[in-house]
Amino acid sequence: MKPAVKKVHSTYRISLAPYSVWSLLFVIVPLIFIAYYAFTDNNFNFTTEHITRFFTATSNLVKDDGSTQEVRTYLLIFFRSMKLAVISTAVCLLMGYPIAYIMARAKEKTQKTMVTLIMIPMWMNFLIRTYAWMTILQDTGIFNGLISAIGLGPVRIIGTEAAVIIGMVYDYFPYMVLPIYSILAKLDTRLLEAARDLGCNSISVLRRVIFPLSLPGVISGITMVLIPSVSTFYISQKLGNGKFFLIGDAIEGQYVANNLHFAAAIAFILMVILLALMAIVKYVTSKYVYGGD
Amino acid sequence: MKLSSKIYSAVIFGFLFAPIAVLLVFSFNEAKSLSVFSGFSLKWYDELIHDSNTLEALSNTLILAASATAISTIMGTFAAVGINKLRTKWYRSVMNTVTDIPMTNPDIITGISLMLMFVFVGRLFGASSSLNFGTMLIAHVTFCTPYVILQVLPKLQQMDSSLPEAAMDLGCTPMGAFLKVELPEILPGIITGAIMAFTLSLDDFVISYFTAGTGFETLPIRIYSMTKKTVSPKMYALATIIFFVTLSLLLISNVVDNKDSRKLRELQKSQKQ
Repeated sequence: MKPAVKKVHSTYRISLAPYSVWSLLFVIVPLIFIAYYAFTDNNFNFTTEHITRFFTATSNLVKDDGSTQEVRTYLLIFFRSMKLAVISTAVCLLMGYPIAYIMARAKEKTQKTMVTLIMIPMWMNFLIRTYAWMTILQDTGIFNGLISAIGLGPVRIIGTEAAVIIGMVYDYFPYMVLPIYSILAKLDTRLLEAARDLGCNSISVLRRVIFPLSLPGVISGITMVLIPSVSTFYISQKLGNGKFFLIGDAIEGQYVANNLHFAAAIAFILMVILLALMAIVKYVTSKYVYGGD
Repeated sequence: MKLSSKIYSAVIFGFLFAPIAVLLVFSFNEAKSLSVFSGFSLKWYDELIHDSNTLEALSNTLILAASATAISTIMGTFAAVGINKLRTKWYRSVMNTVTDIPMTNPDIITGISLMLMFVFVGRLFGASSSLNFGTMLIAHVTFCTPYVILQVLPKLQQMDSSLPEAAMDLGCTPMGAFLKVELPEILPGIITGAIMAFTLSLDDFVISYFTAGTGFETLPIRIYSMTKKTVSPKMYALATIIFFVTLSLLLISNVVDNKDSRKLRELQKSQKQ
């Protein structure tokens, strides 16, 4: 390499240096700190008690009929988080795919307007969005007012799992629609014509051509909704009346109570599980979407 | 568009905008009720502009967002230039992975991890409280920079790489070639990145919540503590103002964008002729 070229390359190295150091100090090292806190006690001696506590701690769950049942506290919270997140993600996909498809098929000008309309709620803080639903779904709220007026209500929604799911779906809906839309909008329409020429009806074009081609968008939509819904706090506090503690609420609760080591342990377990989930998604994608057939 | 498509779109957008409409309407309600509209009044807005805590939180948020945007835009742009030129394969993939981490990790993990480190380091130096404006700024720069890189990198990849080389052949220093040739080419990416960084910083609650000191309250943290206690339509007034400010920002950036693409189309037309 000529000296001049070498000099140019070292200049580029230098321009990357601040970010490299920053990422090491404030991205990599903090993640190591989660593991460090998770496996140490208050005096920073090694212990697995926090991890064990996550799997073994028990408490008494009061059921609706007043009876109590002993449950594994944090395992229950964890599976509840997974369940609500998976349901919310599925609802987002079922509601979002059709609208993404309609958007991709609309005129260019309409497409732009619709994208902006989908994005506008994202510009409101999620605390405010969640709070708005709280006032709508309250026992004396607008929703109950409306359905009472047509003689159906009132129904108790706030404080149920349904309310938490509505909140999650509303907060993360755009993250599902936008990636799917961006793939569908770029889809080569000649492929659809070809499929039709070869004898596909509309449903089989959708099932055998459009949907498989849009899978990368579907998968990034699923991850972009699943990850924040699994780890959210606040939504369940506001819409679930604090009855449906989620894993994010558990971390926040331990942080507020200044149990930093246990908070770190829960965060560590959440991180490991999410990494495993992502690896599965990646494996399935590479095999199913890019691997052929 | 078919009728069924129109109906479905109306239902979806109704779902998306119903809560916002509720906020808007009830921010003008005379009574404190959040279900019965009893008359038009501006009293919640009046209360809001006399609420010194909220105003201070607003100015804190703007100061933090502006500082975080400045640092992350400069650092992110230089980083993108560096990553674009990396020839070492493993270094490049390490940088890509590291850039992905703050974007894919849940906010709560990012927040907790930074908080634990700040508390640990603070304890080492014997500080009584280790969280302050500085720690929040570090946290915001950390989650904003990847978005700047993500906006700038494609512009660099689209650019003809022989341009800066030609500039250097003609006697420019590498820095001169960067400032005079590369920078104007990638400027749109830098601006979009900066806007993204600014809005992400403004909007962030979770990471701020874990890294904020007691003395420094941003608007989302203020909203959080306001909604913990009893409900006040003052919140709605605040939300309405935020909504119209962001809406006008969005419209302005759309108009600028449209002008840009119109110019581009005219340019392409004239090139064809």
